[in-house]
Amino acid sequence: MDRSIRELMNHLGLPRIIIILFFISICIMAVFLGLPTDMLTNQVLVRIGMNGVLVLAMVPAILSGTGPNFGLPLGVICGLLGTLISIEMNLTGFPGFFAAIIISIPFAVIVGWVYGLLLNKVKGSEMMIATYTGFSVVFLMSIGWIIMPFKSPEMVWPIGKGLRVTISLGERFAEVLNKLWHIDAIIPGFGELKIPTGLLVFFFILCTIVWLFLRSKSGLALKTAGDNPKFAIASGINVDNNRIIGTVLSTVLGAIGIIVYTQSYGFIQLYQAPLMVAFPAVAAILIGGASAQKAHVSHVILGVFLFQGLLTIALPVASSIMSEGNISEALRMIVQNGIILYALTKVIGGE
Amino acid sequence: MDTKYTLQMKNIHKVYFNNKVLNGVNINVKPGEIHALLGENGAGKSTLMNILFGMPVIHATGGFEGDVYINGQLVNVKSPKEAMKLGIGMVHQEFMLIPGFTITENIKLNRETTKHNLISRLLGSSLKTLDKRSMESDARRSLDTLGLEISEKAKVSGLPVGHMQFIEIAREIDKRNIKLLVFDEPTAVLTESEADNLLKSMKKLASTGIAILFITHRLDEVMDTADNITILRDGEVVATKKKEETNVSELALLMVGRKIERNVPSENRKSSEDSEDIMTLKNLRVSMPGEEVKGINLSIKKGEILGIGGLAGQGKIGIANGIMGLYPTRGEVYLKGKKLKLNDPKTMIQNGIGFVSEDRRGIGLLLDSSIQLNIVLTAMQMQNKFLHKIGPITQINNGKVKRHAIKMINNLDVRCQGPQQLTRRLSGGNQQKVCIARALTLEPDILFISEPTRGIDVGAKKLILDLLYKLNKELGMTIVMTSSELGELRSICNRIAIISEGKLEGILSPFDSDVDFGLMMAGEYHKFHKEEA
Repeated sequence: MDRSIRELMNHLGLPRIIIILFFISICIMAVFLGLPTDMLTNQVLVRIGMNGVLVLAMVPAILSGTGPNFGLPLGVICGLLGTLISIEMNLTGFPGFFAAIIISIPFAVIVGWVYGLLLNKVKGSEMMIATYTGFSVVFLMSIGWIIMPFKSPEMVWPIGKGLRVTISLGERFAEVLNKLWHIDAIIPGFGELKIPTGLLVFFFILCTIVWLFLRSKSGLALKTAGDNPKFAIASGINVDNNRIIGTVLSTVLGAIGIIVYTQSYGFIQLYQAPLMVAFPAVAAILIGGASAQKAHVSHVILGVFLFQGLLTIALPVASSIMSEGNISEALRMIVQNGIILYALTKVIGGE
Repeated sequence: MDTKYTLQMKNIHKVYFNNKVLNGVNINVKPGEIHALLGENGAGKSTLMNILFGMPVIHATGGFEGDVYINGQLVNVKSPKEAMKLGIGMVHQEFMLIPGFTITENIKLNRETTKHNLISRLLGSSLKTLDKRSMESDARRSLDTLGLEISEKAKVSGLPVGHMQFIEIAREIDKRNIKLLVFDEPTAVLTESEADNLLKSMKKLASTGIAILFITHRLDEVMDTADNITILRDGEVVATKKKEETNVSELALLMVGRKIERNVPSENRKSSEDSEDIMTLKNLRVSMPGEEVKGINLSIKKGEILGIGGLAGQGKIGIANGIMGLYPTRGEVYLKGKKLKLNDPKTMIQNGIGFVSEDRRGIGLLLDSSIQLNIVLTAMQMQNKFLHKIGPITQINNGKVKRHAIKMINNLDVRCQGPQQLTRRLSGGNQQKVCIARALTLEPDILFISEPTRGIDVGAKKLILDLLYKLNKELGMTIVMTSSELGELRSICNRIAIISEGKLEGILSPFDSDVDFGLMMAGEYHKFHKEEA
């Protein structure tokens, strides 16, 4: 018994144990402060589903050796583009949702491929280059959103030119996944439990696909190229191609990820909104136990649970302790960036 | 206590997590003595040095038992800094130098001679000016002691590896109070001539009264330099010998504790000159930094073990790396008469050429993956083995992988906890066996193996050589073995090609005289025989 606990602790690594203990203590505080636990639980579940795919996008990038994909905004922009075209085609519900995904994939593949070529030119400093590539593209697209020839009155400004900053998906495919096989149960002593089954199932299906890919011949080649490029070359594996494959997959998952996110959120946000999208995703996978070289699907699931769980529960706890007016937004920033910072200092990961 | 010893360690015991690593070790070093410390990997040499330097790892794991005396004084070294104050210096295996600084700056780092200036008088002594001239003269003196004729003003970055080692030593002897210098496998990264120089200057240092503790694997170096030799095995001192009273084979025997029989009977090793060619190299040129190959013509005979020998840096390592396509290569390579595409590892592997790299940890292994994945990975990628296939979708066949790995582990006698163990945790010899298992999984016709016994202890060396011999005899596999250790080549090869200055100097039989080998290695063979004629 004692040994198995120690093994589990070694397996998790100290940073994760600290975060898990922190998470548990916050949950206990939430109960004692009399916060609505049922509502918080429901929120955590929704946020796991809506952010999960974006975190999953980190896996192929890390494993192919390009490090955590700080260039996630590239994929996100492809996803947004797919959504806009789906709205322009006047599709609603599931057809609209899947059309958005299918349309965004070719964009993501091309963008990911070009981005992969760029990353192959800057081996060793991918993270920094990726961050600024992401930033630059967000600003470039700020011009793009203005000049693109979209016509749908839902999306363009009533006067003047260009797309709106925030576009509602209410009439389109908002919450299609969340409402699919939705479970709504009243549990005595706890409250109302709402499980967004469709959303979670969709996330787990993508996790399974990535997991299966990593066990395939090409997946193993990709992992080898990332783990030890010299070994890979000596085994006849083309390292540069595999890095590009990893980047393309990451970009495609980023595109799908933002579509899942927006359908749950109910709005799409353009212009500067995608700027920081990579940071919570990177932080989540690092908290889950990944490092800049190693990542598993299990790190995604644990990481997104801990990160989003902390974020959702820490805020009401903090603002009910310090209830002075408008402090909650400042607290949100401090908690979120604090966790990201902590995660980034622990890039070493568990086993 | 007796003051005639610089260092005395008495009855040292150390336990790591209920695991005895040192059990009553005694060691005595006199001033001016070169004392060699021998032992296989894991014999306890590093732990003993960690105790001497008061490394934090010792105190973090519960300290040690026993006494350490420096110049007859009982000391309790709690940190490397204290060790330095006591006059104990260490020359590291990896260089701890700042490339962008000059030699003087490296030698004097953090011990600079300074003088006051206007600002430092006002704002404190940390702003004092460096006294360059006196620093340079100090550095010069240390370099002269070592007989090093380079300018003390040169930058470290451009220097050859051998010189960097000397600068490390110069830095240690520049510390005025130095009494004991520890050399931790100093010759591991040096070429033979550089190593010779180093050993010479060690003797010179010892003659000035500094005691030297010399840790190494190389027995001939020990016989060459040391006055006394202490041999550790499994945490115990098995013997302390005077150099005059012992010889290489006795030392090797004491180190491994079993008798080494290397030589395969000569009647089993016929010359392979008459066999048919399996591979022909024509004007092979490889631009591998430090091991350039400058036009080699060589044919490899079917079913032989061909040795490739030569001094470090002459290009012998470059041949196998070039053929496998790891470095830019020109020239022609024919396999059974068919011309092969160069600079393409894939073509080579698919044509049945296996490769075990000299850089085991860098190229040979995925250190953070399991033994079984390491063994099958190349065969899976290149030959589509060990896979379930469902249309275009493939999945790794873990059952088959595991069965194959267990078979290999048993055949090659890999000592491990099981096929799932990470290769990082294995010892050098077992890692090498995993590399060989990976190459064998490809079922190659020709196996190129480079430096198969580098960094492996004596016991494991023999196992690896026996294994290669067995593969050749029983499976008829053609093996091309590159090695810096001539003795090893002569013990199993049919023919030995000697490379000098990037070219083939000649091919010898393993039974040719030492003189011929020596001349060829030095590139003087043809010159010498021409004169004779």
